Amino acid sequence: MSNGIKTITEATCPVPLSARDTILLGHGSGGKLSAELLRDVFLPTFQNAELSRLNDQAMVSVNGVRIAVTTDSFVVKPLFFPGGDIGSLAVYGTVNDLAMGGAQPLFITVALIIEEGLSMDVLRRVVSSLQRAATNAGVQVITGDTKVVEKGKGDGLFINTTGIGLAPDGLGLSADRARPGDVVLLSGPIGEHGIAILAQREGLEFESRIESDSAALHTLTVEMLKASSEIRCMRDPTRGGLSSALNEIATQSNVGIELEESSIPVREEVKGACEMLGLDPLYVANEGKLVAIVEHTVADEVLAAMRRHPLARQAQIIGRVQQKNAGLVMMRTTLGTTRIVDMLAGDQLPRIC
Amino acid sequence: MKYLDEYRDSRIARALAWEIASVATKPWVLMEICGGQTHTIMRYGLDELLPSTIELVHGPGCPVCVTPLETIDKAIALALRPDVTLVSYGDMLRVPGSNSDLLRAKAQGGDVRIAYSPVEALKIAHANPNRRVVFLAIGFETTAPANAMAAHQAKREGLTNFSMLVSHVLVPPAIRALLATRENRVQGFIAPGHVCTIMGYQQYEALVRDFAIPIVVGGFEPVDLLEAILMLVKQLERGDGCVENQYVRSVTYKGNFPAQQILKDVFEITDQKWRGIGSIPDSGLRFRPEYAAYDANEIFDLEVITADEPTECISAQVLQGLKKPTDCSAFAIRCTPENPLGAPMVSAEGACAAYYHYRRHAVAS
Amino acid sequence: MCLAIPGKVLQAEEQNGLRVGRVQFGGIIRSVRLDFVPEAVVGDYVMVHVGFAISQVDEAEADRTYEMLREMGALEGELPPNDEGMTQ
Repeated sequence: MSNGIKTITEATCPVPLSARDTILLGHGSGGKLSAELLRDVFLPTFQNAELSRLNDQAMVSVNGVRIAVTTDSFVVKPLFFPGGDIGSLAVYGTVNDLAMGGAQPLFITVALIIEEGLSMDVLRRVVSSLQRAATNAGVQVITGDTKVVEKGKGDGLFINTTGIGLAPDGLGLSADRARPGDVVLLSGPIGEHGIAILAQREGLEFESRIESDSAALHTLTVEMLKASSEIRCMRDPTRGGLSSALNEIATQSNVGIELEESSIPVREEVKGACEMLGLDPLYVANEGKLVAIVEHTVADEVLAAMRRHPLARQAQIIGRVQQKNAGLVMMRTTLGTTRIVDMLAGDQLPRIC
Repeated sequence: MKYLDEYRDSRIARALAWEIASVATKPWVLMEICGGQTHTIMRYGLDELLPSTIELVHGPGCPVCVTPLETIDKAIALALRPDVTLVSYGDMLRVPGSNSDLLRAKAQGGDVRIAYSPVEALKIAHANPNRRVVFLAIGFETTAPANAMAAHQAKREGLTNFSMLVSHVLVPPAIRALLATRENRVQGFIAPGHVCTIMGYQQYEALVRDFAIPIVVGGFEPVDLLEAILMLVKQLERGDGCVENQYVRSVTYKGNFPAQQILKDVFEITDQKWRGIGSIPDSGLRFRPEYAAYDANEIFDLEVITADEPTECISAQVLQGLKKPTDCSAFAIRCTPENPLGAPMVSAEGACAAYYHYRRHAVAS
Repeated sequence: MCLAIPGKVLQAEEQNGLRVGRVQFGGIIRSVRLDFVPEAVVGDYVMVHVGFAISQVDEAEADRTYEMLREMGALEGELPPNDEGMTQ
């Protein structure tokens, strides 16, 4: 058939999709698109110094008292998953954002957007779980709000929590403080939350059940700060995974970060699920882990303090901050070669290729 | 994980690299066909382990990248129809069509769903009898049997709300086309191990005979690829040109008979357009007439207008291994994964995307 | 292309005239179609792509060829640097 190809050089290239005119799911994924949204829409509009630091929490002084404030919205589907639910997640997520700044979490507000038709029983379960989490975390729900939207407009339930805490004086934890020579510490195995959610949604079966690692990290951060004041910053790698958290720090501090692949802990089950779906654990969400950049002379002490805490028994040194390749996160592979750990554009998609 | 982890052993990998350096007395240009192999090379930095005499060029083995523009545009048009549920493998969601992509179509209200397996698309059809479910069935010979099985099963079960938009590409005709171009520099090929798992490697004998070049069927882990490269270099140094199999744990000479059989039952060979390259004769698969009722091209009235504008994109030369992504003036500047100008920047397995994600620091410095 | 990973068949049965198995990959278990590997039985390893087993792992061949690779790897530390300085 056909006349054969004369040359293979007739290119039929696609038209580039230019400036964005609609919001895509990727804008909420914690990766490059999210960063673009901040850079192009929010920062220029809300110009102020504190916002521009782009930390997980804002630190402000009111009459000489340092207060930490953070806000987060929770849209997880399914509402209930192994290891937690949207209610507990809503508390721990916000408590953790405060804790990453070294603040003591005190109060949270809870705003609910409920879809018409949600079962009252589901709502009660979520709210009870939320209260239990608040008690565990030592915070009080001091005010809230409820809205109901028409059926079909709300995905069941959305929760927003705003957290308020007390920040000790003199602490300047911030993503722009990493310096060459600093050490990168990780509190434990990555990818559990994201895989637990995916498993629930897709009916993946695990030999030993994978549970979300959702937990409040403020008692861990207290121990770490007691061990040393030379902690530059801490982040909890939620959406976008470890890669996004470290890429943000590399960008904000204008430094390079080099990771050692063999030192990054990943559970067998998470690894198996990732292999099967073609996902990289570095991009999978965590809800009970933190990464810390510390001055190198105190790395061992801080690591020891972490390992004494039940939520960080498997803490590891996973890399170093460096001058070269500023703004990039690199990784020395198990073969001894080096590659970039790139920021993802949007959500990581499973692949067949 | 057994039969996986041990093929990532760093000592074996380095020993193989050492052996390659010892054996290679001249420069050689090798091509790995498959995007999954390109991904492993970039992700593990295998080219850093190889001696500088070995040049690896990356082939067009990325079915996502080479799916024709028309097919993407048709999928998007279908997704935007209110009565259609478009089901696709995850890889395809970000591939740009003429002026949109499936993710954007989803944002506009299209019912677009990801499936890990064609079986899930069938389940969706059963569960939603009032929706017309269309499965975007792309792939090389590796994926085609599973896609064929979905159609076969749909027919057997008498599903009336299921169809497939098919785009399958075949590897040997593409290699033949590459070898036939005047500017071809490739002296040896690593054939794709999972395609050969299905098809065997009998088909490659005609190629080595006609072009006198060695072909080694390779797997996908670092040790597999390094071993395949060693086997190729040894042949080249000896002046041999034959087909060898490195991926013995999965590939046999004749391949997988039941899988080949279902391909014959459901599909027939056809000419196929490869995005970024052009039309290659007898390099695709389409439904046989008996399956017309499951062919989305037949049952939907699909008229799409595809853009055909020349751009800076040098994908044709990249896909043939004549240029590296880093040779392109637009690489990482005007052409990025978020704003791709051509096919190889689109999927993570495309050569340009792989360089971008894993290697652009080398360009910058 | 073609992400296919090896898994161990834990269970194989007929469901509505289709051969289906439960296959274990590292710590996870997934349902896999066995239509293309009619001879695979419990305990065998199969390569799985998009939910279908596409081959049965030839364990004898794999073990045999891997043994040679393992020996190469064991000697790796003793390899002298060659022209490219390729060893560490």
